[in-house]
This record gives sequence, C-alpha cells and structure tokens, in this order.
Amino acid sequence: MGYVAIKGGGKAIAGAHTAVESLRTAEGDAGASLPLASIEHQLRLLTSRVLSEGGLYHPRLAALAIKQMQGDTLEASFALRAYRSTRPRLMETPVQSTTDMRLIRRISSAFKDIPGGQMLGPTMDYALRLLRLDLVDESPESFRKVSRQFIRDIADSDLPDSFPKVVNALREEGLLPPQPDRPDIPFDITREPLVFPVPRSAALATLARAETGSLLALAYSNVRGYGNVHPTIAELRVGYVPVMLPHPLTGEPTEAGEVLMTECEVVATQESDETDAPPVFSLGYGACFGHNEVKAIAMAILDRALQKGMQHGPESPSEDPEFVLLHVDGVDSMGFANHYKMPHYVTFQSEVDRLRTTQEKDAAHTPAQGVES
Amino acid sequence: MKKILEVRGLTKIHGPGCPLCSENTGPEAETNVCVSCGSVVAAQDVSLDLHQGEILGIVGESGSGKSTVVKTLFFDAEPSAGEARFFDGDQQLDLFSLNAARQRWLRNHRFGMVYQNPNLGLNFNVSAGGNIAERLLMSDVAHYGSIRQRARDLLTRTEVLGERMDESPRRFSGGMQQRVQIAKALATRPPLLLLDEVTTGLDLSVQARILDLILEIQHELNTAMIVVTHDLGVIRLLAGRTLVMKYGQVIESGLTDQVLEDPQHAYTQRLVASAL
Amino acid sequence: MNHSYELPVDEVSYNFAFLDEFAKREIRRSILKAISIPGYQTPYASREMPMGRGFGTGGLQLTLSLLGAGDTLKVIDQGADDSVNAVNLRQFVELTCPGTSTTERAAEANIIQSRHRIPEDRLTANQILVLQVPTPDPLAIVEPSEARRKIMHGESDYASLLTKLYEDIVQFDEIAISNRYPTRLNGHYVIDSSPIPRFDVPKMHQSAALILLGAGRERKVYAVPPFTDAVPLAFEDVAFRTEAFLDHQGTRRHCDRCDSSTSYLDEIMHPDGSHHWQCSDTGYCNDRCARRDSAGSGAVRS
Repeated sequence: MGYVAIKGGGKAIAGAHTAVESLRTAEGDAGASLPLASIEHQLRLLTSRVLSEGGLYHPRLAALAIKQMQGDTLEASFALRAYRSTRPRLMETPVQSTTDMRLIRRISSAFKDIPGGQMLGPTMDYALRLLRLDLVDESPESFRKVSRQFIRDIADSDLPDSFPKVVNALREEGLLPPQPDRPDIPFDITREPLVFPVPRSAALATLARAETGSLLALAYSNVRGYGNVHPTIAELRVGYVPVMLPHPLTGEPTEAGEVLMTECEVVATQESDETDAPPVFSLGYGACFGHNEVKAIAMAILDRALQKGMQHGPESPSEDPEFVLLHVDGVDSMGFANHYKMPHYVTFQSEVDRLRTTQEKDAAHTPAQGVES
Repeated sequence: MKKILEVRGLTKIHGPGCPLCSENTGPEAETNVCVSCGSVVAAQDVSLDLHQGEILGIVGESGSGKSTVVKTLFFDAEPSAGEARFFDGDQQLDLFSLNAARQRWLRNHRFGMVYQNPNLGLNFNVSAGGNIAERLLMSDVAHYGSIRQRARDLLTRTEVLGERMDESPRRFSGGMQQRVQIAKALATRPPLLLLDEVTTGLDLSVQARILDLILEIQHELNTAMIVVTHDLGVIRLLAGRTLVMKYGQVIESGLTDQVLEDPQHAYTQRLVASAL
Repeated sequence: MNHSYELPVDEVSYNFAFLDEFAKREIRRSILKAISIPGYQTPYASREMPMGRGFGTGGLQLTLSLLGAGDTLKVIDQGADDSVNAVNLRQFVELTCPGTSTTERAAEANIIQSRHRIPEDRLTANQILVLQVPTPDPLAIVEPSEARRKIMHGESDYASLLTKLYEDIVQFDEIAISNRYPTRLNGHYVIDSSPIPRFDVPKMHQSAALILLGAGRERKVYAVPPFTDAVPLAFEDVAFRTEAFLDHQGTRRHCDRCDSSTSYLDEIMHPDGSHHWQCSDTGYCNDRCARRDSAGSGAVRS
C-alpha cells in the first residue's frame, strides 16, 4: 500500500517557476527582454505605484520588480518590501519640508488664483480617453523626436521650481488651525507594531504604503455617503522633494538626493470644537512616493475621516482606525487571500470529523437537550 | 436593616466644567447647561442610601439626571465627583476607586441592570438561554447542565416559555425581552438590582405583569433595587422611598406615600397633580 | 528619475537568515516577552518576507531569529516535509542560513517549524516548536475590535467565548469548533492554538518543548512555555473531544502504510472512488515503515 499523497513538492515548485518564465518569454524569437529604464519611464505610473506600495524609493528596483512579477503591482510591491527587510537602517532624516518641493504639477480647486499660480503639468485629466492608434506601431524615430522636441522647446521659466503652499495662506487667514511648532516624532510602522489606539502619524504612514485600490474604495465609500467628509482640494502637488540629511562632518543639513512625490491637502467641513476657540476648517493630508494622484487624494480623505473617528468615535467604516488601517495593506491582504490556495488537508479533515459527528447525532434523533437529564 | 449602598455627592458633568457650574444649573436656574462654560451638568451632588430588600424610586422627567445616577453605579459612565460605598457582606467597597477589572467583577457578580432598551442589556446574537449562560459563565460556572437548568428556571420564573429559551430574543416581544433581561440580571442572585425605565413603552397590561414580577422577586430574594422612572404609577406601586430629581439635583425625598400625598416642592406638586 | 542607483549584487549579499540583525534581535526580545507571559499576544514589528503573508512568514521570522550555526531545522506543512510550502520554506532557510542543516526526522531537529500539525512523537526539552498562525486572537469571533479584545484578555474575560460553546451545544449537541481550538494557558490567557486539529491540542499541555506561535500578518507572537498548563475550553460535563477516526463499526482506523492506529490520519480518495487513510505526519510514518522493514516482520501495531 505504498500510496503517498504528497511527494515531489520540490520538483513541482521548480516546474512552476519554469512555467512562469516560459510565459514571460512567450513572444519567442520576435521578443526582447524589457529594459528596466523603459519600464521606469514608459510605465512610470506603474513604477510609481510599486514604489509607494513597496515603501522603498528605488525606481530602478521597482522596475525590476515589475518585470520579474510580470506587471502584477501587488507582487512587485511585495518584492520591494521583502528586499527592504534585509537592509539595515543607516540613518534617519529629520522631518522633511515639502514646501521646497520642485514642482512639475500643482493645482488648487479651492481658489482660482493661488500664489505661484495653477500649473497643470503632466496630467491626463483633460485628455480624451480615445485610443491613440499612432502608438500601435510607434517608430523609434518618432519616439525620440517627441522627446528631443520637448527638451528644446521648454522655457527655463517652466522648469520645476518651488512654490508657496496654499494651506499656509489658509492658516495665515485663520481658516485652518495653526501648525504645531514642533512636530511629534513620527510613529515608525516598520519598527513598531500598531497597537490601537494609534497616533495620527501611524495612520498616515500606514496609508502612505497602502494599496491604491483599497484606499480608493474606502475613501469613495466615505464621500459617497458612508461618512461625511466633504473635501475640497486645497492643493495637489507633484514634484521632487529634496532629501536633507545632516552632513557627516559639519552636521549642516545637506541635500542628499530627491524623491518624486505626490502630495494632497484637502480642506473639509469645519470642526465643531467644544472649546471656546473659533471654528476652523479641518485638514486631511495625503502623500505618497511617485506620481499617484488618486492615492494621495484618497489618503487625504481617509486621514480626515480617521481624525474624526479618533476624536469622536467612528460612525462609518472609513472612520474606524482599526477597520481602515488593518485592511488597506496590499501585501497583507493579498497574502491572506492567496494563502487559501495552500493545502488545508488537516483542518478540513478536522471539520469533516465535526460534521460527521453532528450528522450522526442528528440521524440518531438525539434531542437537542440530550446532555441534560 | 442592613445598609447596602451609600452614595454621597455624586456629580456627573459632560464638558470641561467650571466653578460656576453648580450655581448656574439646577431646579432654580431651570437648566442643566452652565452658561459660563457650556457644560451639561447631568447630576449634581446626589446622595442616597439603600438598604437590603428595599426598593428606592428615582422619579423625574427626561434630563433630570435619574438615569445618570444608575449608569454611574453600574459603571456605564464615570462620575465627575462623589463617592459610592457598596456593603457586601463584611466588605465595604469604594465603587469609583476600584480598578476596571474589579468593577467588571461587581457588575457580573453582585449587580444586575435592566435597561429600558433591551439592546443594551441583551446580546441578540445568542439565544435567550445563551444570554443567561453568558452571565453565569462570567461568574465562573462551568457546568453546562447546571447552566442550562438555571437558565430554564430563571426564564420560567420570569414567565418566558422554557421551550423558547433556544431562540434569539430578537424575535421576542418588547415585554418578553424585558423578562429575559430581568432573568439575566437575576442569574447571579445579585443583592443589588438597577432598573432603568423598564416598563416604558410597553402596553399597560404587560407593564402591570412586569411590575408584579419585580415585586415578587423582591419578596422572594430580598433584593435591593433602585427603580428609575418618569412614571409616578410605577413609583407608587414599587418604591418604599422616593427621590424626586430635576435638572440634575434631588429636590425632594422621603417615604413614597409622604412624597405623593404631601409633596413639598412646587415641582413635585405639579408632577403629582398632573398624574392624577 | 535618477540613473545612478546601485542595484544589489545578488542573493549572496543577503544577511545570514535574511533579516537584518536589528530585526532579529527585536524578534528575540518579543519572544522572551511572550515566554514570560504565557499566551499573551506580544505585538512585534513583523517584516515582509519573500513569501506571501499567510504562508508562514510569522513562524519563519521566529525561526530565522533563533537559528544559528549548528542548528538543525525540520519544516513541515500538513504533517509532511514534502508539502510544497514546507519545501519552499526549507529551501529558503538553506539558501540564507549557511552552517545550519535541515532534516525530515523530528528527533534530529532542535527547531521544528510547522503549519497545522504537532509531530506525533513527543518533543523534548531540547526542542523548540514554531507554529504558523493566521489569526492569533481567539476572541476575534466574538469581538471585532482589537482594542476591546485587549481589555478582555487582560481581565481574562472569556465568557462570550464560552457562550459560543454553549450555543454550539444547544444547536449541535457538540462543540462545533474543529481546529484552532481555544486553549487556556496557565489559568489566564486563552490562545488560538493555531490551525492544528483538536487531536494535537493535548500535546501542548505540559509540553517539554517550548512552543512558539507566530502570526506575521497580524504581527503577534505568543508562547506555550515548557511545562505549562494548556487546557482546551470546555464544560465540566461536556468534555473537549479530539478527532476520533472511527469507521462505521466504531473501530479506530489505522494508517494504510505503517498501520499506526494512534496517529492523526489524512483521508485520501483514490481514483477508483475508495477512501484510504494514511498518517498525516510523514516523518513518523516513514520511521515506522523503516523499522518494520528492518525488523523484516509484519506490521508494527501500536
């Protein structure tokens, strides 16, 4: 009776890897391996998404992850996260100011004129969603021509620059509460587990790494009626934030590099505070690595909703910190959904045992109160 | 008669509170809201004594603070000031200074509460019997057969049909739900039972039977009770002594007959007159 | 975007046991705390591992933080060393932990990582069993809020969980919990025993081996320290019952391979539609078969 249920697990795994690779290369002789630079630039929004959900700013590695995971954003972000687990922490930056962001795009839907002006920048918001058939067989020549033309035509005044922030103007007018002088030391979700209740900084960090679709669904539920944030975008900005580190010798803040970020600040319904202070608007904040406007907006809405839930108790799912923060991580939620594919023979056997026992008892017409006499 | 509960200076303020809260609110000021700081003074300087087997009535209109008193005693709300001493056998417990675990122990073992809204007192996700079982399990009873027997006895005693003990109380009528709540509250034979508007909103005939049940329980088990109601009829039937509350303060107290036959405070006089 | 980023060299450059040293130290501290408070769900900053959340990353982080040169590891899933997930985890350890060895024999291992089973043979004081946990909190079925559950655990308030058992008996005349059986440690905390069958729960009681339970996605670690009481929740008059494996005549089934009639069995459906039974613990089963074969005689009936 040499029947063995599970054998050759190792062989099966190796075979699965081969099958995956064969599909990646299925173009055959007509194909060529995707260069990482092409992924990074031509699929820049995909790269952005993986950067932010992976919680590691490394566009080239993000491109590699996208290539390896064959375009699956969840898996690619996951690979970046796992790589991150192996890296020691060498330094921590002080709190960075996004006022110095070199902007490629910034808009405000609250004011027509804002200091520095509206700057549409790279957006598809007002492009017709008609398929561009000229891209079907785009020649390398025309591809390069577009690029060269842009660089030649761009005026120096249109190069990225920093602008004053809209919310600072609102603060000066007393429409928003003043900013605390000394920011709190932010909660580090990569070093500390969330134990509820958690501070706002823990919520923001969790949202910043969250899966875009999950954030969007929850934020959408809030503004659609399962909640009552009525957001107005005070400012949405996309640009490069200089990363300042203390100089190893002098201690002077020194620019060590820059990260592309999207930042969104929404102003929402006024706070009804019980104290004597005059009523003010409240602010929801969203920011993430890369260029991902939907994520930044959704995050800002959820930040506002969570602040309300933290202060007055949640009235809708999107205001409940546990509900939101424990369910938006792509790596966690994908892992759990996937784990159901693993063998569950033992637990299923155990469930079958319970079912058979209760069925037998039922068949024997044991009265439900059989235990007492 | 043995004293079971002594409350002194119980005060509950919602909001920041200020030194003027006390004079800005109450029956003379005719408001609960302090004009100086905007706080709501739900109860102010309430003192009472309760003896074994006695039913004390607290009567007043909504907003008078009567429910606040029992909520703080059952640890559903935290008082802003005041003391409450519970005399349990040889022990004397300072209720508000106990830690949360000790308070929960008292709730489960020594106190019973019946709420106006059965949602607060019952778990609709488990059966009527399961509700009683839960309270017994909190008290470390671990024998399924005895839990079941006790649940059946209690439900029978409170006139809930034994055959319905395995149904969710969600399907029961309002009166039946209150009977299950009473059975649940009594499960651990508590020496102190708190009843918050338990007959409000029920049909008169249902009310009468529940009030009878409460009286019978008092006779059988010698349970001390605080009955909170806006209904003078309930007070007249159940309570030996009565406190009258208005805008968070006690304005009159004494033997129920005395309060009802010869009310001293103008508000009580109006209340009695309107009930007749 | 900047083009001057450096790419990592290759997998060889990964740290011993994958995680950086700070992470491993932090996990070991959490383990010590978990051992000090039997059954307490100690939060820790679970790292992302290169396999899916839910595939044993919680257990794996504990294992990696404990492994050192000279250690011998056994990895099992569903009782089997050759189950795909066990193979995957074992290969990962072999890749990232030079100087350690792996084995399929429970007796040879000083660390055993397992999903869904505790080995049949009693573990010894020299061994550590690491169990993978998907959902660490037994109160989750009665209370969704973690903040409230924390208070309930602190006060050892498990009445609502026991009420669930009561309701089961009312409805089914049986406690319907099949696996992940809630078990009280040292008279206070009730743990989720991980998705081991009820059959394995008694092995936790007064276990000589340290049992660590790791939930990576939920970021919790808890422990059954050696020689600690582990008592499944039940009523005085409605006992906790393990899987019986009785056939229609009420006789205990036995393994088709090694003939054991005391082990946990997998039910196997043959292509011809017949049902067969075989030890779930393949290491145990193989040992018995080898001993029988070397004895050269018939079945070793236990």
